[in-house]
Amino acid sequence: MVYFLIIISAIFVNNIVFSQFLGICPFLGVSKKIDTAAGMGAAVTFVLTLATVVTYLLQKFVLEVFHVEFLQTILFILVIAALVQMIEIVLKKISPSLYQALGVFLPLITTNCCILGVAILVGDGTWAGKVPGAEANLLQGMVYAFATAIGFAVALILFAGIREQLAMSRVPKTMEGTPIALLTAGLLAMAFMGFSGVV
Amino acid sequence: MNKPLNTFTNGLLRENPTFGLVLGMCPTLATTTSAINGMSMGLATLFVLVCSNVVISLVRNLIPDKVHIPAYIVVIASFVTMVQLLMQAYLPGIYETLGLFIPLIVVNCIVLGRAEAFAAKNGIGLSALDGLGMGLGFTLSLTVLGAIRELLGSGMCFGRAVFPEHYGMLIFVLAPGAFIALAYLMAIVNKIRK
Amino acid sequence: MKRLESNLLNMVLSLTMVTLGAAALLGGLYVMTAEPIQQQKAEKQQAAISAVLPAIEGLEIAPAEEKDGNTIYKAYKDGEWVATAVQTEETGFGGKFRLMVGFDKEGNVVNYEVLEHQETPGLGDHMTTWFKTDKNRQSVVGKNPVTTHFFVSKDEGGEVDAITAATISSRAFLKAVRNAYNSCESDQTQAVSGATTLLPEENTGEPVITEEPQNAEDHE
Repeated sequence: MVYFLIIISAIFVNNIVFSQFLGICPFLGVSKKIDTAAGMGAAVTFVLTLATVVTYLLQKFVLEVFHVEFLQTILFILVIAALVQMIEIVLKKISPSLYQALGVFLPLITTNCCILGVAILVGDGTWAGKVPGAEANLLQGMVYAFATAIGFAVALILFAGIREQLAMSRVPKTMEGTPIALLTAGLLAMAFMGFSGVV
Repeated sequence: MNKPLNTFTNGLLRENPTFGLVLGMCPTLATTTSAINGMSMGLATLFVLVCSNVVISLVRNLIPDKVHIPAYIVVIASFVTMVQLLMQAYLPGIYETLGLFIPLIVVNCIVLGRAEAFAAKNGIGLSALDGLGMGLGFTLSLTVLGAIRELLGSGMCFGRAVFPEHYGMLIFVLAPGAFIALAYLMAIVNKIRK
Repeated sequence: MKRLESNLLNMVLSLTMVTLGAAALLGGLYVMTAEPIQQQKAEKQQAAISAVLPAIEGLEIAPAEEKDGNTIYKAYKDGEWVATAVQTEETGFGGKFRLMVGFDKEGNVVNYEVLEHQETPGLGDHMTTWFKTDKNRQSVVGKNPVTTHFFVSKDEGGEVDAITAATISSRAFLKAVRNAYNSCESDQTQAVSGATTLLPEENTGEPVITEEPQNAEDHE
């Protein structure tokens, strides 16, 4: 039951883009077409789930054991950067077709604040405060990370769909480009606010 | 043209991180619930920008090309951790308000971007000025956005009441308002720049 | 000066130096800031406790006790127990919130502080001041969960005005206060469960008539 709540909370109620403000840069940058949006969403899902597991284990078995929690930022970002490199290499070898689809997004993901952000939230266990009955352990944290990434993908794809339409509409000169995109995102965020209190 | 002055004003106006380069959007939207919050975030980022630009400029010729990304990341992350520790010890109120976004300075595209684009190719003095200019530009845009959101949302500015709270539009202090306020602000700035 | 060549030795050397430099800097900083950080945490806790207790001079605060999931701080003046600060946690609208409530000996609420919360700004977040503002029936300060029904006026028998447009946060807040009261020792009956039990008198060690299994810690 709690897993269901975690999923609903991560995708809708506390959507990573519309209520937590993580992952905005790729959200604005890679959302001009639906297929690129889907590709980015898939890549983020893959990397985020994997990265969260690794960083969680590092937090529990290295940082906390040696009482060096202040090294969290450095350790996490280096691990994420290394992980992304590794994923690229492994993906190239194992599944060239998947690499073709996702590969170009992978380097962009390292500096994506949602990866580091979610890694920190799960490592510290602070995400569990928003979902009643959730415990900050590895399995639930992993489900949270996976669902968060799905939420990111949902937000991205929705947004891309709207932007494709926007590109064909008449937009006032000053609002063209980023301003109208932000305004649309704001309206989407407002829509997602309707989910608050569901969990 | 005076190179140092040019470098400095570049970050403030022409290539302002928020309005010119459209970088660092996450903290821009998340931490501007009030003018003070926006300003603090901007200043923290400024500190990291200047320090990392200087250090990276110092060691730019000592780092082989193939490992420059991880090396830069370590430098930037160190300064971010420094900010974390110092804030936690001496400015706990602001530390708690900014929360998750302080460690996220390390993945702020502005910091790594400037390190690669400028500090890796220029001397210490110019790199410092670039960091300062970019940082101040960022701080300025965050403070302005924060002030607007605070004013429209709760009738206050820098914590002082300007008009009674119940005339405020709550949405501006919440998530959607961040997007909307920035959208209009950007449109206005674009119009002015033309 | 030309950049160093990317051979294995240079790469390893430069990365090691950078990492060592970073480690030294951060290690030093950590040691320097460890004490102020500890101090901040202790001060914050003390401030939260004092804020909710009566403003009496020379109040001594006993170390924390855990009870029913809440943390209790008893306050003594010249050896005599005068008030209690209780820290409790509850799930509100947007997530968990932590509350510190101060009760005097008669069980009246002295003051409260919301330590952290995730309620919506402008709505549920008003709980930080709403329930201590003396307006209509919204304030719980000076009132007792036994004589006043600490439920929102929407609910049957409720006698506290909820925050406008934030009923769920208000209900959660009042539930937290009632919960805190139950953990606090007083000579009043339990507010919520309806069970008429007498909580033990301080230091008397009298047998307790309760419906729950007796705990050793209930006896002084």
